[in-house]
Amino acid sequence: MTLLLVLPIVIPLLTAAVTLLAHGSPRTQRTVPVAGALGLLVAGVLLLWTVERQGILVLQLGNWPAPFGITLVADLFSALMVAVTGLIGAAVAVYSLVAIDETRERFGYHPLLHALLASVCGAFLTGDLFNLYVWFEVMLMASFVLLALGGGRPQIEGAMKYVTLNLVASAFFLAAVGILYGAAGSLNMADLAVKLENGSAPGVTTVVAMLFLVAFGIKAGVFPLFFWLPASYHTPPVVISALFAGLLTKVGVYALIRVFTLLFVHDVGYTHTLILVIAGLTMITGVLGAVSQNDFRRILSFHIVSQIGYMVMGLGLFTRLALAGSVFYIVHHIIVKTNLFLVSGVVDRLRGTLQLSSLGGLYESRPLLAGLFLVPALSLAGLPPFSGFFAKLALIHAGFEAEQYLIVGVALAVGLLTLVSMMKIWAEAFWKPLPPDAPETPVQGGLSLMVGPIAVLATFTVLIGLGAGPLFEISMRAADQLMDREGYIRAVLGDGS
Amino acid sequence: MNSLILRTAVRALQPVLLLYSFFLLVAGHNQPGGGFVGGLIAAAALALYAIAYDAASARTLAIVDPRTTIGVGLLLALISGLLPLLAGLPLMTGLWASVPLAGNTKLALGSPILFDIGVYLVVIGMTLLMVLSLVED
Repeated sequence: MTLLLVLPIVIPLLTAAVTLLAHGSPRTQRTVPVAGALGLLVAGVLLLWTVERQGILVLQLGNWPAPFGITLVADLFSALMVAVTGLIGAAVAVYSLVAIDETRERFGYHPLLHALLASVCGAFLTGDLFNLYVWFEVMLMASFVLLALGGGRPQIEGAMKYVTLNLVASAFFLAAVGILYGAAGSLNMADLAVKLENGSAPGVTTVVAMLFLVAFGIKAGVFPLFFWLPASYHTPPVVISALFAGLLTKVGVYALIRVFTLLFVHDVGYTHTLILVIAGLTMITGVLGAVSQNDFRRILSFHIVSQIGYMVMGLGLFTRLALAGSVFYIVHHIIVKTNLFLVSGVVDRLRGTLQLSSLGGLYESRPLLAGLFLVPALSLAGLPPFSGFFAKLALIHAGFEAEQYLIVGVALAVGLLTLVSMMKIWAEAFWKPLPPDAPETPVQGGLSLMVGPIAVLATFTVLIGLGAGPLFEISMRAADQLMDREGYIRAVLGDGS
Repeated sequence: MNSLILRTAVRALQPVLLLYSFFLLVAGHNQPGGGFVGGLIAAAALALYAIAYDAASARTLAIVDPRTTIGVGLLLALISGLLPLLAGLPLMTGLWASVPLAGNTKLALGSPILFDIGVYLVVIGMTLLMVLSLVED
């Protein structure tokens, strides 16, 4: 069974290696990545299924016992994230078949995509802080090359901003890891949780917690550290934006939730209140940024920021229901946000621009696409019966329970503004007639391979909305596991500790 | 670059660099060194050649395409990690075999060296890919 823990890392790496070896054969280069991504999806679902039935899975890499070697841990939260990563990977791999040009393919688009998937899964599965740092670096390298690949001036500019800010985050992360290791003498998360609880690093714990907050905050794109995100996400080909929008910031949120539920719970009144304030400000600034934009993808980029606020809000409230809401929100958001970007890719292909002023008439000419846009857009805004409604409902309910009325008010107002800016895209790109001075429509073709993944993801959004029960059940149990630190520690270190 | 001094120097330096990179690779198990630095030095040898002569002759010298080198390296590292699974051990557990040599010496051959060779190849391939694209521009 522990094989399941390594498959989500091994499959994408193997795919990357095979794709690299097949650089002479375009055919293999296109079939292998899709097969690999589907394999990752299957492995992710199997992992989730196993963890759901058997509880936390643990593997000591290299057979080195727990605090000394690297531990891979899959609890329900990790397993859910890996499964969703598989889904997004598969959707993006199929979409890329038409959306990525030959030059990018020749310069290793597919291997990079899979290296990125491997690093994301690695970050979700590791139980060791330094190993987490390594996965973050792999992710940064792969994403940097993907951002800059085959690009002109704007793309390189975006990539430079992205890599600079993320290197700053890495420096914070590494410094925090170093201080923590010096103070507590361990980097295994379970072992650290025990040591911090026993007070083997008094004094520096809050400082280190703040360093981690900054490091993961930059990665997650929370206020006031989000500015790299809208500056870079709209420059590369749409499918790359879609992948980044779905997965990368969520790895930051995952890391935040992991360390602030497992390690830094010594002073919840200070740390988690701060997180809650950050969550509120993130929601507001993100959505205001989005409302003021006039480019399809820029609006979506700012919405990532505002939505991150909701996920972090659950962590800030720090109750069982709130964490379950966060977990549910992340799953919902990854699917919805990737899908919105994928839709913008089809629009870009149909019209050759993403400026809202030059778009229009898409509802008339492409009613199916318009419908497929509406599903994730309304879900993002939190309208029933889509997945976003239940995600927001859980968080708002948790906010009322914790009597944090201010953040509840913010969350509701931001939901309304989200709806406003989604309707802006709807009205401008889909509803209004095509402006007469619109640019020539470029070549169309291969659209079915682009619309297929969009339809699948939209189906998931509807299914999660209509059958919210089972996913919410799993989210609740994931939150239970997050709150039950003893269980995690016992699973990793064994019963003796 | 058309410099006689550099070209002459590269010819003398190259075998030394390549040998040293191999030495570092093998020494890396329990001394400073390893696949990463070894690979960097081997790549530096080839990059120097590309600067002194041209990218095309460096490509010929490297025999295989850098992308293939990366792919083979990744595969080797993965195989080294996956081998212990066959023996029912967790991923990346070191497997060791003792090979008797002449006299009383024994050679301890382990799967970690395979991982190091993988890293070595990935680093060479990656560095060459970057350097050659820059030189060719």
